[in-house]
Amino acid sequence: MTIDMSQFYEVFFDEAEELLAEAERLLLGINIDDPDNEELNAIFRAAHSIKGGAATFGFMDMTEITHVLENLLDKIRKHEMALTAEHVDAFLAAKDVLKMELDGHRLATDVDQDQVADVKMMLKQLSEAGATPAPATAVVAPPSPVSQPVDAAPVQTEVADGISCFNIVMPDITEKDVENLKEELGLLGDVAVSKQADGHFVITLTTDSSEADIVSICSFIVDPDDLVISLKANSVASSATMPAAEVNPIAAEAVESKTASSTKVLIHEEVGYGLFEEDGKEKQEEGYGFFAPFQPHPDAVKSELIGDDTTLTLSNSGVTNAQPTTGAAKPEAVAGSGLAQEVERKNPGRRESDKAPASAEASSIRVGVEKVDQLINLVGELVITQAMIEQRISMLDPVQNEALINSVGQLTRNTRDLQESVMSIRMMPMDFVFSRFPRMVRDLAAKLNKKVDFATIGATTELDKGLIERIVDPLTHLVRNSVDHGIEIPENRRKAGKSETGTLTLSAAHKGGSIVIEVTDDGAGLNRDRILAKAHSNGLAVSESMTDSEVFSLIFAPGFSTAEVVTDVSGRGVGMDVVKRNITSMGGAVEIRSALGFGTTISISLPLTLAILDGMSVSLGESVYVIPLNLIVETLQPRAEDIKTVTGEGRMVHVRGEYLPIIALHSLFNHATDITDPTQGVLVLLESDGKKSALFVDRLVGQQQVVIKSLETNFKKVLGVSGATIMGDGSVALILDVAALIQMGQSTNYITGAASFSNQNNQHMQRNA
Amino acid sequence: MSTDNVVNNVSSKAKSAEGEYLTFVLGAEEYGLEILKVQEIRGYDAVTQIANTPEFIKGVVNLRGKIVPIVDLRIKFNLGKVEYNEFTVVIILNLHGRVVGIVVDGVSDVIALKEDQIRDVPSLVTSIDTKYIVGLATLEQRMLILVDIEQLMTSQEMALVDAVAA
Repeated sequence: MTIDMSQFYEVFFDEAEELLAEAERLLLGINIDDPDNEELNAIFRAAHSIKGGAATFGFMDMTEITHVLENLLDKIRKHEMALTAEHVDAFLAAKDVLKMELDGHRLATDVDQDQVADVKMMLKQLSEAGATPAPATAVVAPPSPVSQPVDAAPVQTEVADGISCFNIVMPDITEKDVENLKEELGLLGDVAVSKQADGHFVITLTTDSSEADIVSICSFIVDPDDLVISLKANSVASSATMPAAEVNPIAAEAVESKTASSTKVLIHEEVGYGLFEEDGKEKQEEGYGFFAPFQPHPDAVKSELIGDDTTLTLSNSGVTNAQPTTGAAKPEAVAGSGLAQEVERKNPGRRESDKAPASAEASSIRVGVEKVDQLINLVGELVITQAMIEQRISMLDPVQNEALINSVGQLTRNTRDLQESVMSIRMMPMDFVFSRFPRMVRDLAAKLNKKVDFATIGATTELDKGLIERIVDPLTHLVRNSVDHGIEIPENRRKAGKSETGTLTLSAAHKGGSIVIEVTDDGAGLNRDRILAKAHSNGLAVSESMTDSEVFSLIFAPGFSTAEVVTDVSGRGVGMDVVKRNITSMGGAVEIRSALGFGTTISISLPLTLAILDGMSVSLGESVYVIPLNLIVETLQPRAEDIKTVTGEGRMVHVRGEYLPIIALHSLFNHATDITDPTQGVLVLLESDGKKSALFVDRLVGQQQVVIKSLETNFKKVLGVSGATIMGDGSVALILDVAALIQMGQSTNYITGAASFSNQNNQHMQRNA
Repeated sequence: MSTDNVVNNVSSKAKSAEGEYLTFVLGAEEYGLEILKVQEIRGYDAVTQIANTPEFIKGVVNLRGKIVPIVDLRIKFNLGKVEYNEFTVVIILNLHGRVVGIVVDGVSDVIALKEDQIRDVPSLVTSIDTKYIVGLATLEQRMLILVDIEQLMTSQEMALVDAVAA
């Protein structure tokens, strides 16, 4: 080999990984009783692409598996074999093996050869067992031994589709390409090639496949946009009004969705409509709005289940109406309602890139995270510099320096735009996290003998990459908990008058300056009384008068997770303290809403980015400190009679019936200031980890967004300080670590009493803290 | 530190101390540090104090968007008069990507030292542990103390590096 292929390995690994993830997503979303041809094709193409790539790079083990997989998939997508749950399981197993092999090549991890062989055998067996007489191979085999699920009563797509005859006019391509195409299309049905007067080739194809199939096959060789496909004999019953000239692939999709409408979806994931990818995710979401009547609201899932028949009728008429004016959003809406509970759809990018690799490459580039981070840092500095210039400019005479001031105004706007754009580079859709859950829920539900429908809402919501990575673990934990403890086993659900299939919804949405991620199940809900009893026996301070949210928050208490709680109908609690801690460390908050018997929602709110913080700057002597705004409850200037002491020392402030300890920042930081009397300064009430304290500072300076800089880059961690930032005048301000301050304030070494008026007194104590 | 009986120790262990050094003044003594560790030299700006740190850590400054700690070596080694004016010099060091500033009395020169100009350090009791001193060099009548600034700044006693985070 003359070219060093290894330089391309990384690209292949990335792509293969994406393809595998995509295939898995499609497999999980597939409707076994009535598989969508498009989805089958997409899975087939994924396998095919991996096979091609693996063969090119000489990863023969991956080629072998994908080859067997491809054979089986091919039979299924040509309807020579009915898709069964067994197949899906086998495919998923194959996907896992491929992933393992991929990792083996990439990260040199172990590959379990036995597992590989098992999967290969399984695929081969399935492939042979299910084979019905196929035109090419003529293998005679008994009809599929795997019986269809009993509750399945769908119409097979092929029956509804009937046989059609298409005329496909090729753009300018070589004869060899036409030959190749002819061969490929031959797999679908009978093909004849003729040449038009203008030199274009015309392929006549008689097939039971849809236009979309043809387009996707042709797209391997020609640009689908250049294709002119027309329907010769109008034999598709449902598409009688199909425009004669150029069949809009979208319309074709619509027909498909109609015929593919089903009454039951086990796991609803997105249906692959890669054709609409170019419309962008934003637009699709808008599409939802237009067709609100068809869209089941997540809360209305239950009623949607009952009223399924009506929805189906609605959606069918929707197809008819939609046909003449087919817009990108319409088939979406139709399919959405047809699938009844499908709440969220994101298009797979895969198919798009399969079809037109050139355009896909042009639309995105892979860049190392460090480069992006560097860019963000630089822009952060630019913003600071810009603020400095602005501050200096404000001191100039506005009349004399009008031009300069105008220019700086423009600079300010540009900088702000630049900052926004750069920050958006780091943003990633939540789908990155959500996409891993369907499989997990499926496997977990199977293991626990539960029936769980999984849905996601707002997967396109964007979040900082750093947060995305850190939210995975807590979210995994919460989803696991919901399936494990939240959703009941089918018998119990039936007894409770609920449908046997539980629903687990993951949602993400922007709310103000933060993102709210919710894990909702319609399970048993939290039992207030049990939690209270448990908390009481654990020695936690509880009372009957606590609000529900306070009671539910108790499950976040460390050590609350015990075996007894787990056996409870909804015994969340295992490691919930870790979840809470992780989220708090990201600057977020967790809240639980639950109703006994109806389900639980765990709501996580996170800041949009880790790089910028909403802060309140406070002054202490000459210095300025920044306090994260989300931890401030309120600020007040106390009256002398509200300040109380214990044994003449520990000072407290009496605020609305609560006695809160006063932490004097100047003595904690051993910092010279003139103001040592709380009534002369300001008390900032802080809350962290459920503990409240009043931080005593000189005065409030102002509220502003600050760019967080790490102290540890060049220095070390400082107790009570979580980072630093650069203020408008170029000086450095430290960002206070509220949780640590509260802890420092409560440590026995620190005396908040009159003694702390003299700084020397507790100097040595600081060291100990 | 006494400077008289230093030259007794003639044996020069072939340390690869050869190279260019930036010389700076602390009190009455002249020191040298490897020039490649120096990022820049600047004046002394207002620093932001950091609570509960040793006195010689003056605080942090904003160096073009980076938060850089400033250490006053005069305080650390009890040398010279500690005052801050327009002549106060800060040497910004880049130690393997870690940026640290040191306050000194003045910066004098950059000199190239040959190996035969560098002598070993005798055992002495000083406020700088001799392990941080690479060697001594004689320049005309002056003695130059060559400091392994990287070792020194990352040492435990400088309290610049994380080790004792509570």
